[in-house]
Amino acid sequence: MSEIPAELKYSKSHEWVRVNDDNTLTLGITDHAQAALGDLVFVELPETGAELMADDAVCVVESVKAASDVYMPVSGEIIEVNEALNDEPEIINRSPYEDGWLVKVNPTGNELDDLMDAEAYAAILDE
Amino acid sequence: MSQQTVLFDKHRASGGKMVDFAGWQMPVNYGSQIAEHQLVRHDAGMFDVSHMVIVDLSGDSVTGFLRYLLANDVARLKQPGKALYSCMLNDAGGVIDDLIVYYMHNSWYRMVVNAATREKDLAWLTQQAAAFGVEVNERADLAMIAVQGPNAREQALSVLPPDVAAAARPLARFYGVDSGEWFVGRTGYTGEDGFEVMLPAGEAGILWDKLLAAGVKPCGLGARDTLRLEAGMNLYGSDMTETTSPLISGLGWTISWQPEDRDFIGRRALQAEQAAGVKQKLVGLALEQRGVLRAHQSVLAKDNAGHPLGKGEVTSGTFSPTLKKSIALARVPAATGEYCEVDIRGKLLPARVVKPVFVRDGQAV
Repeated sequence: MSEIPAELKYSKSHEWVRVNDDNTLTLGITDHAQAALGDLVFVELPETGAELMADDAVCVVESVKAASDVYMPVSGEIIEVNEALNDEPEIINRSPYEDGWLVKVNPTGNELDDLMDAEAYAAILDE
Repeated sequence: MSQQTVLFDKHRASGGKMVDFAGWQMPVNYGSQIAEHQLVRHDAGMFDVSHMVIVDLSGDSVTGFLRYLLANDVARLKQPGKALYSCMLNDAGGVIDDLIVYYMHNSWYRMVVNAATREKDLAWLTQQAAAFGVEVNERADLAMIAVQGPNAREQALSVLPPDVAAAARPLARFYGVDSGEWFVGRTGYTGEDGFEVMLPAGEAGILWDKLLAAGVKPCGLGARDTLRLEAGMNLYGSDMTETTSPLISGLGWTISWQPEDRDFIGRRALQAEQAAGVKQKLVGLALEQRGVLRAHQSVLAKDNAGHPLGKGEVTSGTFSPTLKKSIALARVPAATGEYCEVDIRGKLLPARVVKPVFVRDGQAV
């Protein structure tokens, strides 16, 4: 069974979003997503300052098996990227919700409300 | 409905992530493909390869039959048990399958072919064997476990039944031996030493459990693929098919041209291809930058003076856990020089053209 922390929001394409105290967002891929991809070997991160719309591709994560786009669950500006992943992409496999975060975003839209809570995300994984 | 090998429940019990492969439910990994890969490079791991097809060929004319059927020449096999890697070609010189054949004695050879090509291989074998009076007997009653890695033989010998172990212990590389209904080959698909053990399906679970208890961990098809690619071994269906000859698939070394009067299926087509000049070659690629080479990516080939030669294609690509960079096999124009560019998701990245052996016996080549 994959881990689905209750305090996070989720997208159908298996990204998670954490709302930080300063209202910025941290985003990453779910435990389910990292398990499905297998060992990650390469992460292509965006430039900070990039302004992206919801559903735009924001990162590429590549495992031994396949390359996969990560999509913006919300519109916003990239304010920080997780540089540690350049050298150790496997952090995502080890810690998808903590050390393996991908980017921090200053949201410009209100798509957050459209995302799923943990219960709804667990339900789509069961389908 | 996809089939299950006799070890299906064992895979589930070890946490195997099951995927469909050639009509079989097989474990792609048991957690971490890279950890399994490293285990085989540095210690020992085991693979369920029971989906592969074991065929016994018997009859007084079986040597003559195989000399006609295969591009490599079984007449080179003088010692009982000696194995030979060969392509089985169609009349146009295209590869129907690649296989290993063990010479057991003058009226018995054992062949192992790919699971994905089972039906067409058996049909072709049966069709061609008729004229030679050779009997084709698929051994679906046997399972197969490959134990691979520098410590694999030692580990396997410690748990094989005593008579089988006694027969397997003195095996030289690329030899096999039978012991009752069991058969052990010192062969594999990883670039490491090890055994491939064929045994009655009903006994496979017992051997699997004994190997587990001895500390040999199960490894999935994912690791098998990165291991074989590092070792520069072709995968049928990706690196060669019915529309590519061995000459453009890096398998020219498996064609036995001598003696000149040996007629084998596909020989005339290969000779014509050679006479006209072989247009392509299969090479290894090592990506210089971060990124991962994948099958079907487009290769922009250049000669050594830097002149463009047109396009090639990656036939197999992966991230090499040993070299920590991406490697591939690619079919490119014959004049391709030391460097090329690969179109990876719209970006052109430089790759070095190398001999397609990246790792052998645990060491980077």
